[in-house]
Amino acid sequence: MPPPPYLQASMIHRTFALIAALILMTVSALAQDSAIQSLLQTHRETIEQSSRKTIGPVITALATSGLPSAQTVLEKWQAKDMWQRKADGQFFYAEKIDSKTYELFDFETNSSVEKAAKSDLKQLKPNSGIRALIGTALVQFQLMDPDPVKRHDALISIERDPEPAHLEPLRAAIAGEQDAALLAKKQRLERLLTARYDAASEARVAAINSFADDLGVDARAMLNPLVQTKRRVVAGDVPADLNIARRLTPGGDDLTGDAAYAMLVDAGLAPAKIDAADIKTTLAANIVDGTVGGVPVAELDDMAGRDRAYAALVAGGLAQPTPTEAQIGAALSAHSFFDAYAEADPAVTQAAEQALRSIGTKVAVNQFLDLSLDAISLASIYFLAAIGLAITFGVMGVINMAHGEFIMMGAYTGYVVQQVIPDYTVSIIVAIPLAFAVTFAAGVAMERLVIRWLYNRPLETLLATFGISIALQQIAKNIFGTQARPLTSPGWLDGAWVLNDVVSISYIRIAIFVLALIFLAVFLFIMKRTRLGLETRAVTQNPRMAASMGINPDRVNMLTFGLGSGIAGVAGVAIGLFAKVTSELGSDYIVQSFMTVVVGGVGNIWGTLAGAAMIGFLQKGIEWMNPSNTLAAQTYMIVFIIIFIQFRPRGIIALRGRAAGD
Amino acid sequence: MQRSFLFRTPSTLIFLGALALFTIAVTLLSDAFGAGVISTSFVKTLGKTLCLCLIAVAMDLVWGYCGILSLGHFAFFGLGGYMIGMWLMYERTKDIVTASMAQADIPPTPQEVIDAIGTQIFGVVGSSEFPLVWAFADSLFLQLALVVLVPGVLALVFGWLAFRSRVTGVYLSILTQAMTLALALYLFQNDSGLRGNNGLSGLQNLPGAGDIPQSVMSIWFLWASALALGLGYLLAAWVVSGKLGSVIRGIRDDEARVRFLGYSVEGYKLFIFVLTAVIAGIAGALYYPQAGIVNPAEIAPIASIYLAVWVAIGGRGRLYGAVIGAGFVSLISTWFTGGQAPDLPLGFYTIKWVDWWQVVLGLSFVMVTLFAPKGIGGVFDLITGQRAPERHGADLGPDKGSLQEQEALK
Amino acid sequence: MTILKKTIVGATVASSLFGATAWAADDTIKVGVLHSLSGTMAISETTLKDTVLMLIDEQNAKGGVLGKQLEAVVVDPASDWPLFAEKARELLTVDKVDVMFGCWTSVSRKSVLPVIEELNGLLFYPVQYEGEESSKNVFYTGAAPNQQAIPATDYFLDELGVEKFALLGTDYVYPRTTNNILESYLASKGVAADDIFVNYTPFGHSDWSKIVADVVALGADGKKVGVISTINGDANIGFYKELAAAGISADDIPVVAFSVGEEELSGLDTTNLVGHLAAWNYFESADAEPNTAFVEAWKARMGEDRVTNDPMEATYIGFNMWVNAVEAAGTTDVDPVTDAMVGQKFPNLSGGTAEMLSNHHLTKPVLIGEIQDDGQFDIISQTSEVPGDAWTDFLPESAVLTSDWKGLGCGMYNTETKSCVQLGSNY
Repeated sequence: MPPPPYLQASMIHRTFALIAALILMTVSALAQDSAIQSLLQTHRETIEQSSRKTIGPVITALATSGLPSAQTVLEKWQAKDMWQRKADGQFFYAEKIDSKTYELFDFETNSSVEKAAKSDLKQLKPNSGIRALIGTALVQFQLMDPDPVKRHDALISIERDPEPAHLEPLRAAIAGEQDAALLAKKQRLERLLTARYDAASEARVAAINSFADDLGVDARAMLNPLVQTKRRVVAGDVPADLNIARRLTPGGDDLTGDAAYAMLVDAGLAPAKIDAADIKTTLAANIVDGTVGGVPVAELDDMAGRDRAYAALVAGGLAQPTPTEAQIGAALSAHSFFDAYAEADPAVTQAAEQALRSIGTKVAVNQFLDLSLDAISLASIYFLAAIGLAITFGVMGVINMAHGEFIMMGAYTGYVVQQVIPDYTVSIIVAIPLAFAVTFAAGVAMERLVIRWLYNRPLETLLATFGISIALQQIAKNIFGTQARPLTSPGWLDGAWVLNDVVSISYIRIAIFVLALIFLAVFLFIMKRTRLGLETRAVTQNPRMAASMGINPDRVNMLTFGLGSGIAGVAGVAIGLFAKVTSELGSDYIVQSFMTVVVGGVGNIWGTLAGAAMIGFLQKGIEWMNPSNTLAAQTYMIVFIIIFIQFRPRGIIALRGRAAGD
Repeated sequence: MQRSFLFRTPSTLIFLGALALFTIAVTLLSDAFGAGVISTSFVKTLGKTLCLCLIAVAMDLVWGYCGILSLGHFAFFGLGGYMIGMWLMYERTKDIVTASMAQADIPPTPQEVIDAIGTQIFGVVGSSEFPLVWAFADSLFLQLALVVLVPGVLALVFGWLAFRSRVTGVYLSILTQAMTLALALYLFQNDSGLRGNNGLSGLQNLPGAGDIPQSVMSIWFLWASALALGLGYLLAAWVVSGKLGSVIRGIRDDEARVRFLGYSVEGYKLFIFVLTAVIAGIAGALYYPQAGIVNPAEIAPIASIYLAVWVAIGGRGRLYGAVIGAGFVSLISTWFTGGQAPDLPLGFYTIKWVDWWQVVLGLSFVMVTLFAPKGIGGVFDLITGQRAPERHGADLGPDKGSLQEQEALK
Repeated sequence: MTILKKTIVGATVASSLFGATAWAADDTIKVGVLHSLSGTMAISETTLKDTVLMLIDEQNAKGGVLGKQLEAVVVDPASDWPLFAEKARELLTVDKVDVMFGCWTSVSRKSVLPVIEELNGLLFYPVQYEGEESSKNVFYTGAAPNQQAIPATDYFLDELGVEKFALLGTDYVYPRTTNNILESYLASKGVAADDIFVNYTPFGHSDWSKIVADVVALGADGKKVGVISTINGDANIGFYKELAAAGISADDIPVVAFSVGEEELSGLDTTNLVGHLAAWNYFESADAEPNTAFVEAWKARMGEDRVTNDPMEATYIGFNMWVNAVEAAGTTDVDPVTDAMVGQKFPNLSGGTAEMLSNHHLTKPVLIGEIQDDGQFDIISQTSEVPGDAWTDFLPESAVLTSDWKGLGCGMYNTETKSCVQLGSNY
């Protein structure tokens, strides 16, 4: 098939462009390029190719050129603001005027050159590897820059890719630093670089010791390479000039005999063992008239037959014999196996090992703390999802399978509000009461229309509410589509509360935790301190008696159910903020929510709290034990809950006496 | 005894007759043996529907008659499918592997054959070794035994634990749902050794039967499914007909009273639970070779809830109700979601059934629960003239089931 | 009983009606569309259904194929894997379609394979997948691992200098196999096993705090950490939100995703994710002429806010190649068309030319894009076309296998024993 017309057109176009470029280049060469431009033009191909592997010399050339505009070039390049004019290949930096037009500026004079159409320009897009290289090169310019932001950038660049050459400029830059935060950062970096690159052993050890109880990832990132070892094997004794971490005995705990022999084979110090695959290949290569070494091919379908044939081949000199145990043993004892540090200075490695040991314990404690925070956060999410259920199921005994869909409705309410009110803070403040109102209304409607007819038939409530659940889910899909919708948290909830490099938790999770606490308080207040709570408890315990005391059980049931549903709606907003808003949001939480309530003990909010805490901690615990498989953690958690319920059918906190009912 | 039992329950005879007629009719209209009116894919759908009817009978037995709303029977169904699927995959792959290895210079050792089968089966999911659960996969007899044993033993252990600690009602439902979820999540893991999310596939190709076209195969399976449904129905009808049936219904209506009468309630419940799990396993073992693939999504809790929905719509506490419910709802769902149902223009909005069928199903389910607790089966009561007493108004006494206001007025 | 009988009779009538429609229109070429329109996969697959319908309309406007109009037969397998097999059989035997475009997940493809091989159908599969398969009846127009995963890993190694890898994936076959391939690829590049962290999460996972913390902790031994994500669908939203909350910048720990495209990003606020990467064979932002026309046509048909993505491009290439192959073969019969398909060339939307190879995979350029704050990708690297490899070279079992339908007539040919392992595909 010939290329479509537009491709042909573009080929012609390209040819013309090439010719035009050639002409222009001669012209521009005559017009005397500025020094920086001609430097860039020398390296034009490499810059266009834009690969970290080849770009190094160009960046060095620019950085060491001594040209005053080199810094501008590097900065603009790093920020993806450097553009190339397609016509003549000249480099400029550009500012966007509109989506089609850009204004070009000269590097040397910082003056506007022309306004050009975007289609005539090519943006240079250094990847983040190149950007990091540029950043490292910029350090020398930026370290003393009056702009604190640039000084900060320089420090970040050093942090990412420290080099021995950075040490002196960094030391020189400490004295004049006015900004306290930057000063601290500089000093810390200076210690890190000293520990790594300083020439004097004492200075390094001192710097290393100063990190002995430091939790920073950067400190460990500095220390760990220092104690990196390489497993080696040499004939005869261990050479004396190496910094040895430990000697190994083949067959010991650290090195099995097989592994040791494999090392010998890899190093070419011993002949390889012959394995089954080798035997098979050799046999296949030596088939003569349907036999191998006198053994008929048909008999080679088990290992004994193959061994026999192979032995015959060895005897005939047609194959290599496998080394015997004795030969292997002799080879192993004739060589020394050891782990050697890459770092030659024993004082440094010793100090680093010591520092790492003391950091190690501290890190473990803090990791436990971090895991606990995660567990608390997960528990608060489960609690939030389950608290509405604790009212409808726990207090009223109604199984509401559509509870998850109320959570979903809350989340979608948040989404819709954000479409109307663009300010994230205001929209969340509006969304929370609105979500409560929407799901409260939905809950009341459901109670009036369906559930109140089924109070005596709990199993059928389960099925009827399930019907509502699938209908609601599908309606949500029809309205909002199956795609996840964004529900964005306000800016002040972005980021995380960082205690140290190990322990941190995102603000959104803290907010959810606080919300869970607020709901706990609200629940307790309503149940213990308000008329509705009193009436609810009365109706739950004995509806007839309550009715004869002048309480309207219908009204109380309706309001209680509405309250539980409303809380689910608010939970939906919170869950949507930290995860996703889809029509399946609710069904992800429904089984876990029921578990939480059942495990905790029905009819008791403290039980729900205990249930959520137990499930949260349990899940994180299992995840910690098996970090590569989160799915397994969820599976085993459910299995554990099933077994737990066998032994405590009424949950952690079981109601006693008549209120327990059945 | 046998004759009197069948005589006492004429619906069983009618059902078996109808089933036989249906099977013969489908055969005569099929591509393979007759008029070619019914396409092979529809024969397969009908065969699968018969299997769903069988598990619905099991569900009716455990829920409609014994009052245990199990949301886990599809787990047993799936397990049955997995057990037979393992053999089907193993043997099919073995045929391929031995044929391919026979061309090699050196004849393979038995271990090499097994390794090659492992690579073929698990290569898809990035592994190559046989997990322990496949230990019996080379024996049809043992895997067939496992079809019955695995669901049976799981039901026995779970049921024993649950009934022993007197977990009842909605708690039990939630617990069975949790069991189903745990099993589905477990099977979703690649580490479970059953190919994770991919499950076992290509099950419609029976090993050694490569020459038989699927049109013929589908009829075979239709007959097998019909036979299983007939036998299962007979067994269920027998179980609920005699004294055993009375005790079971007693447990449904008031467990405590039956216990006070000296019956071992736990034992009866366990018996029914295990029996129905086994029936479900067999239904699954027949279903998945027709579907062609079994994977963990089949076991997800929602499937078991749908099963309850079918039985409730068909009518609980009557076996033919369960069959009608499963057949009717699953076929009509296929029709509506298959995109064949014509759109319904309302002028301002066109209802596309692909989008709205779920809503209709969900709401109709609420309606059935509220207004027609007997389901479709209730229609037969109207035909045969059986009427429930009109009971309206609030209870007069303190307990459920006591005399009601309007009755008292009469 | 009456109702049961009625159902049966109704169903019989219905099925005979289907039969009737199949015979009715003989002057059109039927194109089956086998994408889920409901259920969990509807979000991704509906887009592809619309793409096929758009392409069919465009082709019909040009006069159809072989002088006949194309007619789409759309069915809904509802994200239910067994239903894929059933619907495929229905399309082939009842509707008698000449070609099918469909499937998204690997499991749905595996479910359909036995049916189309039995009935000798023709399927175009448009999604990036884990490889390890080559069927006579399937053309794979999405990327094989060596056209997406391996180049992206090379990019990490060479361009970003990553030394330690976190392979995060959803627990299903595509991430499992891809990560397996990557693990042995990295080992061949000298990355130690200790420097590879693997984690699998369930579909729709939302609690990412611990995993993100684990990834950060990987940096403790002073090596640059990179994340290769095969996380699928909705779960990405929670993952990226947690990543943003933890303040992980793309310069510190870059994340490259294989399943996150324009469509997925539209569920997210991407301001905090700028600079993280995705590897595909196509981005909407691709600066090539056919792409501009394609994007305009799509937006005109579906609305301004709709984005295009990689599987759509794969559908576009597959469809056009099929049209050209039918024209070349002069018939829609499967065998001649399959023969004519191999060697077909068609320009990619992202530049360059795609060629159908004899292993039924395409040559494709590999693009790496950085996420921008408007939810689009900034293409920072584009390779020349890479030929798709059905059997990866980095797993010992499949390194010896090759697929060549033209020369060897086998999709699973063992180069060591010089024999065809099987003619059907492994499902």
